[in-house]
Amino acid sequence: MQPFSTHTGMVMPLDRVNVDTDQMVPKQFLKALTREGFGRILFYDWRYLPGEKPNPEFVLNFPRYKGASVLLARANFGCGSSREHAPWGVKDYGFRVVVAPSYADIFYNNCFKNGILPATLPEEQIEELFQRTEKEEGYSLTVNLPNQTIADKHGLMFKFEIAPSRKEVLLKGLDDIGTTLLHEPDITAYEKSHAATATMFDAVDVKYYSNGH
Amino acid sequence: MTANNSHKTLYQKIWDSHVVREDPGQPSIIYIDRHLIHEGTSPQAFAGLRAEGRKVRRPDLTFAVMDHSVSTTDRTLPILDNDAKLQFDALEKNCRESGVRLFDMNSKNQGIVHIIGPELGITQPGQTIVCGDSHTSTHGAFGTLAFGIGTSEVEHVLATQCLVQSRSKTLHILVHGKRPKGVTAKDLILAIIGKIGIGGGNGHVAEYGGEAIRSLSMDGRMTVCNMTIEGGARAGMIAPDETTFAFLEGRPFVPRGKAFQEAVDRWKLLKSDEGAKFDMTVELHAEQIAPQVTWGTNPGMVSSVTSRVPDPHDFKDLNDQKATESALKYMGLKAGTPIVDIPVDRVFIGSCTNSRLDDLRAAAHFVEGKHIAKSIKQALIVPGSRGIKTQAEKEGLDKIFTAAGFEWRDAGCSMCIGMNADVLPPHERSASTSNRNFEGRQGKDSRTHLVSPVMAAAAAIAGHFVDVRSLDDVSSVE
Repeated sequence: MQPFSTHTGMVMPLDRVNVDTDQMVPKQFLKALTREGFGRILFYDWRYLPGEKPNPEFVLNFPRYKGASVLLARANFGCGSSREHAPWGVKDYGFRVVVAPSYADIFYNNCFKNGILPATLPEEQIEELFQRTEKEEGYSLTVNLPNQTIADKHGLMFKFEIAPSRKEVLLKGLDDIGTTLLHEPDITAYEKSHAATATMFDAVDVKYYSNGH
Repeated sequence: MTANNSHKTLYQKIWDSHVVREDPGQPSIIYIDRHLIHEGTSPQAFAGLRAEGRKVRRPDLTFAVMDHSVSTTDRTLPILDNDAKLQFDALEKNCRESGVRLFDMNSKNQGIVHIIGPELGITQPGQTIVCGDSHTSTHGAFGTLAFGIGTSEVEHVLATQCLVQSRSKTLHILVHGKRPKGVTAKDLILAIIGKIGIGGGNGHVAEYGGEAIRSLSMDGRMTVCNMTIEGGARAGMIAPDETTFAFLEGRPFVPRGKAFQEAVDRWKLLKSDEGAKFDMTVELHAEQIAPQVTWGTNPGMVSSVTSRVPDPHDFKDLNDQKATESALKYMGLKAGTPIVDIPVDRVFIGSCTNSRLDDLRAAAHFVEGKHIAKSIKQALIVPGSRGIKTQAEKEGLDKIFTAAGFEWRDAGCSMCIGMNADVLPPHERSASTSNRNFEGRQGKDSRTHLVSPVMAAAAAIAGHFVDVRSLDDVSSVE
């Protein structure tokens, strides 16, 4: 996974609470077989009019936010469905950072699997950032993960909290599976002592492909 | 962090018994007992494994089913949706190559993943269960720790049979008293979400208790746990009891005879200890809960059937005002409209929330001898599984529904998510027993009102919402 250390980029405000993952990537795009290409359809129903004509009223289509890479959002961002297609879309569109007062748990977790930093700031600070973004065309922020700071070029500087283990994952771009497999002997020991088995007592109508287990 | 040993919550007990490894300052590695997968969120996980040359560690603990995109009509016909077909083919191939059991769309045990887990006894108390689907919380009704995960975590579980997790906070939700006639499990959970808000449970695992919860059947308990995620908590649990054990006995994957008794003895220990501390507690009184109807674009935007569509200015918070305004615009509703005056175009009784036998029986009992209103364009009954469908047909429920003008369909996720042909058309309004009323959820520009099965059935007959408590023929329904 792509490591994350510091990032400077233009801010795009999404002034709406409880943005759910159905809005980020609607169901008709859940039939993909790969993780790629979701940036083009991010916020599809808000972003496009019939015939995939860009909706001029949706913030993502405002010319002033073209090239934004910091997504400024409201409370409970990413609620609803567990679809990882949502963060795939956020990342593929070009956002490296989301800044919001709070996140839904599954979306928050999924961000770290994809090298996106979901930074959390108090409501008042988020409000301040919304106002500054509105006022200044091309408003950008520098997000520094090692120092846990978000700053603009006018001297604004906010500190954000993040669990040390989450921070490490992003800084090093860690492969979770590889890390867990370092502890394979512990997993085997657990399995031996618990012997969790799925014993089938009755025939059910299932295609059972035994591969030697 | 670790509470006194004699005062553990149910969540702590299950967590502690699944820790594979704990290092100071790091999240824990916890073992996953059952991994459920479906066609929608698993192909990229298998592709990831393949790219790294990794194998499925425990195919015997992994169960696959086709549910999200399956047709609910004739499955002998060719699959016209090529993207869906590619996903079905990928699941079939991935299961075959890795040795995973698959309930394909033609299996007689096929159904929605969260319906067939419990139905076949794959779901058992004290387990950890995950699935790449947020409604995995359903399985918590059995006193399991069950939650939804993203595709990267699906890949992680396939490769390691473990997940890297930090302990959640705990939320105790108590519903005291007796449910009034016509007030169902669905109404309880909608009222809970209305009270705590859709982000109210973020960061928490919920445990439900109180007389109104304990008196629910397993079908009702699953409805409550299913929608826990709509209040922000990833998992919802109900301690197992005699109702749970009676439900499980004799199911295909449940131990038999002496082994069952031994399992029950272990399962009986799965409850929060007297004096266990929760990080947050919420209490409701069932007597004060009326049938619920959502009016907005998230499950927290919900009212009693007796009330009116709210005005944005009823809310103090500016963000809530804006959200309400936007929701009313999307839903095509005027503030102040009585909920019972809202007309309905289509009715959907189904989904992992409300497609079990209790749900179908309650709806059938209500519609027997009646007919759907002329204004209703479509009324769908989609059983959660083929097992449920077969049993319902034995009981003659299909005949009751079709005589009343409903369509009797095959099992799957159907119009809850609209990934197959069952889509709610633009600007049409549904009474739906599903779990999400987000913008576009059932179809682009569609308008969803979440209700219980009996409320949906009543709306189908009347053509608009009605307070089922005011009707004579509503028995004590789940």
